[in-house]
Amino acid sequence: MTAVTEDATGAATELPRLLPPPENKSAHDLPAHAERHGRLPYRDRPGVLIGDVEAAGLTGRGGAAFPAHRKLKAVLEASDKRRRTPAVIANGAESEPASDKDATLLWLSPHLVLDGLQLAAEAVGADTAILYTHVNRGHDVGARLREALRAREAAGLDRVPVQLATAPARFLSGQETALINHLSGGPAIPTFMPPRITERGLNGVPTLVQNAETLAHLALIARRGPRWFRGVGTDAEPGSMLATVRRADGQPKISEVPLGLPLRDLIGTASPDGAVLIGGYHGTWLTGSEARGLTLDNRSLAQAQARVGAGIVITLPPDRCGLVETASVVRYLALESAGQCGPCLNGLPRIAAALAEIAGGRARPQAVADVQRWSGLVNGRGACHHPDGTVRFVRSALRVFAAEVDRHRKGRCSATVTRPFLPVPRDPARNEKDWT
Amino acid sequence: MAEKLLVNPIDCEGHGACAELLPEAITMDEWGFPIVDPRPLPPGLERNARAAVSACPTLALRLLRS
Repeated sequence: MTAVTEDATGAATELPRLLPPPENKSAHDLPAHAERHGRLPYRDRPGVLIGDVEAAGLTGRGGAAFPAHRKLKAVLEASDKRRRTPAVIANGAESEPASDKDATLLWLSPHLVLDGLQLAAEAVGADTAILYTHVNRGHDVGARLREALRAREAAGLDRVPVQLATAPARFLSGQETALINHLSGGPAIPTFMPPRITERGLNGVPTLVQNAETLAHLALIARRGPRWFRGVGTDAEPGSMLATVRRADGQPKISEVPLGLPLRDLIGTASPDGAVLIGGYHGTWLTGSEARGLTLDNRSLAQAQARVGAGIVITLPPDRCGLVETASVVRYLALESAGQCGPCLNGLPRIAAALAEIAGGRARPQAVADVQRWSGLVNGRGACHHPDGTVRFVRSALRVFAAEVDRHRKGRCSATVTRPFLPVPRDPARNEKDWT
Repeated sequence: MAEKLLVNPIDCEGHGACAELLPEAITMDEWGFPIVDPRPLPPGLERNARAAVSACPTLALRLLRS
């Protein structure tokens, strides 16, 4: 057993919880998992675990921070009302190029996610369980998961058989309705709600979709209880979360941190007039001095119109230009639009083109005003939140990099390094077939 | 009971019939797609709203009880 540090009230404060301790990163197999976390604590009937999840205050770690117990309850109730057996899906398809936390979790702690999937399936009475992931850029996560499932089968652990499914390499393929559409036999593009997925999801049955990390937390809450879970984090936003932190060297570092951690602990030596990106490519640029005064939780970040999202914290190196970086990412986001909704299809490429003009230093005088107007026009008008998130990112860039916009108007740029810093897939796929 | 309009942005192809029939609540953006007032429909517009819903060639516009 790992030693657990307890504070005065008896709550555990030691991190990491989800990832293996730093001195033992190779301990991903089932015996090591069982030794560290103990047996899989089934409750033996639906509904029982939901109260603990509610008391723990667990929220979704995929970006939306929706209370986990409310989804569990909604699926259980829809199943009772409609007399349909639900399905449970672990969403490990983090499509955000800047994020690597779900892939890291699945690589280092696959059994914790699979435990959570079983417990969630039991909690809602599901007979179908799917783990949905990307083909990973670095590690062969699929092979590791197949190996993990074989070990669990040999040990007789899983009560609901788990299917592995692969997400197309597109930005939107992890979006909830796109995921349901894909796993129900269609392309991985968003659909228009209602009805809610919790009522009619996979092949029309009530469906629970939870981020892979959320399920891993759930597996620990089932073992150690809500009070233990609340041993770190804030009262309003308890627990820990996985963050993908990028600093000047550009390499992602995955850290498990308590909610409410001062951002200055993550952004390193970011200068006050530097820039920090919180929440990834649907997130918000902040100035270094704003970021230094905030903590990693939604209550604090809301003061700067930012959100935790999926825990991406990027410090822009002082030798790069925030406008050039933003233009490169927005071009990618525009190409990744599913092209289904008029405002997104028309607005995002125009916004991207105008930003490229501004970044390139040969902008028409009205380019900034155009970007602002188009941003207002696409916001809130898609079937999914792709336009809204893109606009949040764009508007924050125009605010934080306002002085750089002026410099570019005069034909100057403060970057001394032109190599792109923010990761963007080189050849975004573009034809219809790539969604399947 | 108050009603409100909802457009399915995936089904909508920007034919524009709705904005012609119900300019009080629907305007067109610069690309020819409808901007629908999200507030409950003011009294007296129900007939025109139903006409706009019926006129949509892709059945993208709906009238919901709010």
